Amino acid sequence: MKISENWLREWVNPKITTDELVEQLTMLGLEVDAALAAAGDFTNVVVAEIISIEKHPDADKLNICQVDVGTSENLQIVCGAPNARKGLKSALAMIGAVLPGNFKIKKSKLRGQESNGMLCSNVELGLSDDHSGILELPNDAPVGTDIREYFELNDAIIDIDLTPNRADCFCVKGIAIDVACLNEMPLTMPIIEPVDATIDDKIEVKLTAEHQSPRYLCRVINNIDNTKQTPIWMQEKLRRSGIRAIHPVVDVTNYVMLELGQPMHGFDKASIDGAIEVKMANKGDKFTLLDGKEVVLDESYLMIADNQKYLAIAGVMGGLNSGCNQATKDIVLESAYFNPATIMGKSRDLGIFTESALRFERGVDAYLQEQAMHRATQLILAICGGEVGPVIEAKAEECIPQAKTITLTVDKLKRVLGFTVDKQQVTTILKGLNMQVEEGEDSWKVIAPTSRFDMDIEEDLIEEVVRLIGYDKMPSQNLFGDSVIMQLPEAIISTNYIKNQLTTLGYTEAINYSFVSQKQLETLNVAEGSIALKNPLTEEFAIMRTSLLPGMLETVKYNLRRQNESVKLFESGHVFHKDECIVEDEKLIGICTGKRHLEHWSMSKENIDFFDIKGDLENLLANTKASYYFVKSSLDYLHPGQQAEIKLGGNSIGWLGQVHPQICRKIGIKKPVYAFELFINNIKQSTLPSFKEISKFPSVRRDIAMIANNDISYQEIKTLVVKETGDLLKNIFVFDEYQGENIRVGNRSLAIGIVLQQNNSTFEDKEVDKLMAKVVSSLKVNLGVEIRGQ
Amino acid sequence: MENLNQIIAQGKKEIEAATDIRVLEEIRVAYLGKKGTITAQLKLLGTLPGDQRREAGVEINKAKGQLQQQIQARREVLQKLEMDKKLEAESIDVTLPGRSIASANLHPVTRTMNRIVELFTGLGFEVKTGPEIEDDYHNFEALNFPAHHPARTMHDTFWFDDGHLLRTHTSPVQIRAMKHMKPPIKIIAPGRVYRSDSDQTHTPMFHQVEGLVVGETITFASLKGVLNQFVNAFFEKDLKIRLRPSYFPFTEPSAEVDVEWQKDDGSTGWLEVLGCGMVHPNVLRAGGIDPEKYTGFAFGLGVERFAMLRYGVKDLRQFFENDLAFLKQFK
Repeated sequence: MKISENWLREWVNPKITTDELVEQLTMLGLEVDAALAAAGDFTNVVVAEIISIEKHPDADKLNICQVDVGTSENLQIVCGAPNARKGLKSALAMIGAVLPGNFKIKKSKLRGQESNGMLCSNVELGLSDDHSGILELPNDAPVGTDIREYFELNDAIIDIDLTPNRADCFCVKGIAIDVACLNEMPLTMPIIEPVDATIDDKIEVKLTAEHQSPRYLCRVINNIDNTKQTPIWMQEKLRRSGIRAIHPVVDVTNYVMLELGQPMHGFDKASIDGAIEVKMANKGDKFTLLDGKEVVLDESYLMIADNQKYLAIAGVMGGLNSGCNQATKDIVLESAYFNPATIMGKSRDLGIFTESALRFERGVDAYLQEQAMHRATQLILAICGGEVGPVIEAKAEECIPQAKTITLTVDKLKRVLGFTVDKQQVTTILKGLNMQVEEGEDSWKVIAPTSRFDMDIEEDLIEEVVRLIGYDKMPSQNLFGDSVIMQLPEAIISTNYIKNQLTTLGYTEAINYSFVSQKQLETLNVAEGSIALKNPLTEEFAIMRTSLLPGMLETVKYNLRRQNESVKLFESGHVFHKDECIVEDEKLIGICTGKRHLEHWSMSKENIDFFDIKGDLENLLANTKASYYFVKSSLDYLHPGQQAEIKLGGNSIGWLGQVHPQICRKIGIKKPVYAFELFINNIKQSTLPSFKEISKFPSVRRDIAMIANNDISYQEIKTLVVKETGDLLKNIFVFDEYQGENIRVGNRSLAIGIVLQQNNSTFEDKEVDKLMAKVVSSLKVNLGVEIRGQ
Repeated sequence: MENLNQIIAQGKKEIEAATDIRVLEEIRVAYLGKKGTITAQLKLLGTLPGDQRREAGVEINKAKGQLQQQIQARREVLQKLEMDKKLEAESIDVTLPGRSIASANLHPVTRTMNRIVELFTGLGFEVKTGPEIEDDYHNFEALNFPAHHPARTMHDTFWFDDGHLLRTHTSPVQIRAMKHMKPPIKIIAPGRVYRSDSDQTHTPMFHQVEGLVVGETITFASLKGVLNQFVNAFFEKDLKIRLRPSYFPFTEPSAEVDVEWQKDDGSTGWLEVLGCGMVHPNVLRAGGIDPEKYTGFAFGLGVERFAMLRYGVKDLRQFFENDLAFLKQFK
């Protein structure tokens, strides 16, 4: 529903800005999609009259007009509009005018003829998309008047997205009632007086379909001059509601619909044969609509007919045979109430949208017809003159919906809302919404206006009360006592998540005692700072563990002795040591030994090695999305050539490696055992996913094979490649490593794959070559590697 | 005995010179074995006169002990050297990537839905689900959408020949739950829903989470409170929300919930994120609950909407293209 702000303010004019009004409407449940200027931004455009017109000597399509703008001399304007003619009043953009889009009007010559301005079309002024010609203003438009003033263009078009329950707001009146109630202001209604008949002409009405059409009013108006121009103020209001002006009869009926909410129809009286009958169609009947489209009907269509034929599909659209045009002299105005259920879905089934059907299917006030009839009569007479016949009303009283009486209780209001509303405030709100209110001790007896189809039960009134109080002014409460929704930091990885991940990687959770023996700690040389129990149960359980490894090694030994070929375990728990005070850290250990796979016909029978447990550990580290890497380390209890410090986000968070074979031997484990231990809290902080557009361009892969000294780690090579390629690097991996025959002792052959991709263009071969040359050169210079195949 | 001293000196020299365990073992055999030099000396004892025999025996055993000690000490040195050598040979580049199947991740919609459900189950809500092929009764009729009601046009529905339909919202679960539960009811119903609509901002299938609470003291103000807590907890931010009057046939009063959101250009505006309201008495009745005794609230939210806001996804349709380059960003 689009409506002019100025029109709304004619009814109720709170001292608030457009933005504030828009906010009020939205918070009333009349959601404003947009508030747009009523016209484009322009200045210095005035009403002008074409005094004379002659053909341009050198251009077929151009005319030279002499134009009066109320100044002492006429202006010469070159114009190409097909409707430019002598005597036409139109809009002239003067020299110095600025039109929408910052288009400046200057003095110019068109094919040698001087032009002192520009006659404008609707499009050029941002009024509508009608570009068929220059504006056609009424003959009484005062020459020289500013167009913005003449059209009252300093206005906004408020576009409201109405919910299906608010049928009453398909008109200015309905919206104005809400706004007036909210601002506690009176409503200024236009003055609508009954227009008495001046002649006896009438058309009789027979209601055959009483339930579907319980009230039908019509009235004859003879001798109108429908060639008159609809006044600009009315045309503009229609335009701002998205309705095009056609001729006065149609324009007035549309206007009344927008003003009061009653869709009306004007028939050409000459086309009506006898009386009007409101009845249901027969299956298979055909009917040609006003727009020329022929439709096939069935028994569900409510029709307006005369003695011979159908005249209209009730509430949806009139017929081609009975419509008015400019030449129409005598008309029959219809103002009726049709049952919403009858109209519902009809326009959709027919594939036509009409403002009328939209309103009837949502519900039109069943008591509005007479007022609307008088309003339309009043307006038509004012524009077109004419002689008015009596208002003929046919009705089926028992089928007309009655105003509903609803009782609202203080108790229910409190029970639903959860807070107490001042009784006086409730009364004021309900009365402000045009309800008849009878205040009881603990209740209100309310008769809702018949325009409010959504008022049915107590809860409906409760919504009205809280809606006018303002949902934003309503207090918030907890659901149960003081229990609230707990915080759940999404970027924190839970210990359980990590544990579950380890279990799917094949590690079983173990829980070892927190105390160990002095000997166990000494074997690993991790006894420093350990804390002894004063009253241990046994020597075996005398000292608080400083590492999870000693206990875990015992568990591994235990299980290896019980016919387990492979053992994979993890544990998370506290470790303890005494510094200046007692320090407790939460750690996670993973440990494994044996075969990589369970014995299986399709699987290799290789033993677990360092890179197996490293891969598993990397899975845990990857959760954090922080960068991590490994640095060769030298812990006593680990294999000197197979151990590393785990670095995550720059911090040292633990170790990874093979347990020293000498220690294993001492404990009684013959197989190589691999383990990692880390501070679990360091791998629990991640970051939220933040979506980045996917590159539409293909990636390219390049490989580099090199011979490098054993002292040079892959990490160094990778770091260098990352540095040289930056954001373009999508992936890097090692696909071959070899030492032995054909490779000098102390060296190894390494082959890496590099995947590159640009986000905004395809990588050209040349660009890739250049980049790869840079990478290779950097590897040679910084790490002294030898590139194979070069 | 001069001979013995020479033997010991020679033996010590050889032991010191031994560079591996095998050689050392040969030396041991050569001196201390059955046919070894020292053993031979011991065998010769029998040929000596009685008094010399005892003295010589002591000497020889002393020498034997000395050599044994020397061999043992040397063995330990050699063993350690051997281990070191072995360990050195086993040295690897610990920075080479590990071997494993990289963990993957859930779909962002599942991730979002799980999070929403977790927040509500923490408040004591129970998870309920329902069928996706529904009947008109549960999807519309029982939810106070009479036949031909204009509100039905808000739901573009997929139908089957026999009158069944693809549920257009998760609200039918409300009806099913109420029929099988007694108040107080607190349920959350995540699931897929369908609308015959497909363009840049609509997919024919999407996800909703429905919430329903019915009890004797359930109020509109508590609905506002819970949703405010939920939005803040979900986004982990103190966001401003506003309830705005709206219309759903199955709630009265009804509201849309807007969240104040920072736009890409830095300005703030209101974004609609969910719909809610007090359960309409007709709906309570359809669920077999006495509206005179109980009140309830319900809310429904679009999971994709929340996922888009949370993770910065701009195009709804990407959720169902299942491009790995998209999916893998939600680890």
